[in-house]
Amino acid sequence: MFEKVWEDHVVVPETDETPAVLFIDLHLTHEVTTPQAYTELRNRGIRLRRPDLTLATMDHSTPTRTEQVFGGVPIAVDSAAKQVQQLEINAREFGVELFNLQDSRRGIVHIIGPELGITQPGKTIVCGDSHTSTHGAFGALAFGIGTTEVGHVLATQCLLQRRPKTFAINVVNRLPPGVTAKDLILAIIGKIGVSGGTGHVLEFRGPAISSMSMDERMTMCNMSIEAGARAGMIAPDATTFAYLENTPRAPKGAAWDAALERWRMLPTDAGASFDRSVEIDAASLVPMVTYGTHPGMVAPVTGNVPAQGDAVFQKALAYMGLKAGEPIRDVPVNNVFVGSCTNGRLSDLRNAARVLRGHKLAKGVKMLVVPGSQTVKRAAEAEGLDRIFLDAGAEWRESGCSMCLGMNGDLVPTGHYSISTSNRNFEGRQGVGARTLLASPETAAASAIRGRVTDPREFTT
Amino acid sequence: MPAVTQIRSRTVVLSATNIDTDQIIPARFLTATSRAGFGKHLFADWRYDAAGNPKADFALNKPEAKGAQILVSGRNIGCGSSREHAAWALQDFGIHAVISTEFADIFRTNCLKNGLVPVLVDDKTHAWLLAHPDAEVSIDVEHTTLSLPDGTTVKFPLEGFARYCLLNGVDELGYLLSQTAAISSYEQRHR
Repeated sequence: MFEKVWEDHVVVPETDETPAVLFIDLHLTHEVTTPQAYTELRNRGIRLRRPDLTLATMDHSTPTRTEQVFGGVPIAVDSAAKQVQQLEINAREFGVELFNLQDSRRGIVHIIGPELGITQPGKTIVCGDSHTSTHGAFGALAFGIGTTEVGHVLATQCLLQRRPKTFAINVVNRLPPGVTAKDLILAIIGKIGVSGGTGHVLEFRGPAISSMSMDERMTMCNMSIEAGARAGMIAPDATTFAYLENTPRAPKGAAWDAALERWRMLPTDAGASFDRSVEIDAASLVPMVTYGTHPGMVAPVTGNVPAQGDAVFQKALAYMGLKAGEPIRDVPVNNVFVGSCTNGRLSDLRNAARVLRGHKLAKGVKMLVVPGSQTVKRAAEAEGLDRIFLDAGAEWRESGCSMCLGMNGDLVPTGHYSISTSNRNFEGRQGVGARTLLASPETAAASAIRGRVTDPREFTT
Repeated sequence: MPAVTQIRSRTVVLSATNIDTDQIIPARFLTATSRAGFGKHLFADWRYDAAGNPKADFALNKPEAKGAQILVSGRNIGCGSSREHAAWALQDFGIHAVISTEFADIFRTNCLKNGLVPVLVDDKTHAWLLAHPDAEVSIDVEHTTLSLPDGTTVKFPLEGFARYCLLNGVDELGYLLSQTAAISSYEQRHR
């Protein structure tokens, strides 16, 4: 599958001396990693080559408090306000379609691409954001780039690329009840390591993958980067097509039929070989929670922090305030975050709400629920999910990246434990000295009720 | 982009593995809209205490580290976020080459786009470098070699195109723009 998409986008083939020139079908952009690229274009007097293949949104440094988004109250972080303004200026000057702060279609860049139906099988998709790998769930080749490369795409709609290797992640059997896509991807990262995928494009395969919804597939591909992979991909199938058919910008009529015909050719041919492969038994998994300071430091919720490790392990445990060998489910939780491009879609909110319904947050627990987009927010409110969260004592906010990286001021206090549905538990990721435990929305919600890490199957199965 | 041919400098060593770009430059500094000035925030949470004072025991704060242009890090540096601000922060601080046994893909690309040389070495060379902070070493981009103080020279991998760009201070946008005819022809074929 990767080879087919790659070959279809080669403008100039690679040689021993020079990388390939690769055409990009969709360039998603946001306020944080583009300003310096626009400055470069301006300095060189270059216009945008394909504004029609470029979309801008605001997500990373945007406020989530309603009064700052819609009520005219100034954005609390001054430099963030300036960055948001700068994107408005750049989009206007260069003719890029922008979903601004008040736009009803705004949201996290990796949530809105699929929602609009511009994320499609067989496309090359890039964005100045590592979680661009999310879009691979549709059988697209999608990867994160730096700001200089953002400038390259703005100017030429192309990138210079060396062909990555391929890595099959064969997931055999089905996930047991109460075990989610998030648990599976955390288990995979735990198995292959945070640099296990470096230089490779992962392809997730097998019955556990093909029976997943698109939301679940996106959670899988989203965290491919946490295994160091260049991208993650899943073969498009009837589930993919059914999702796209109802989106506003998918091809319509005869164009839809033609697209389907192309898309059906994309899956990897039987007998095709991969540079590497690994097998994971889905049936053996339980809910997973991280205990350390990278996503590969992960353990079953029913298990313990490993009994021993190297100096890096010791340093991580010291940062986390955890002891080697202690049970994961005894870890106290002060903060709960449900959201992000990993788990901020409607089904994620439903899954958290299903656990939380009729319960209250444990004493001293703060919980923030941040929908991945304004569209997700409206859909959740239409089915009353916001009431379930509010009744439990959680906060319900406007969409954005929020507490995944705290750029907008949504922060976890120093020393506090945060169980989070996001993607990174790096030191300081959610705030200076914050201690992040990554988990599924179900595990986060169950832990919010008990005030300590909790096996969600106590509530869901 | 400035041309880089030779870097001769003492090393500064951060032996941690999997140093992610959130450590190199924390997210709260990313609201800037220019490339300049990130050096003062490099490794901010490892480098300064809560009051903002430099931590004496952090490698970059030691007197020997002053003026060092080469960072030796543990395996897999630059994982996580794609933020190019990590490369900008290292360069602004005065680091012009990073030596490790493994680089995260996006970080390595970002380094090369900014004239920051990623030097991939074998475990034995790496172990020696980790054990000898402040060693005076030399990096030759033309011959893609790293020379240790005892005269040992090891080759490091660097693709021809990246090497050419580093040596000549050429940025890749010029090359891409020179491919405009091929890009137009591709666009015609894929309308």
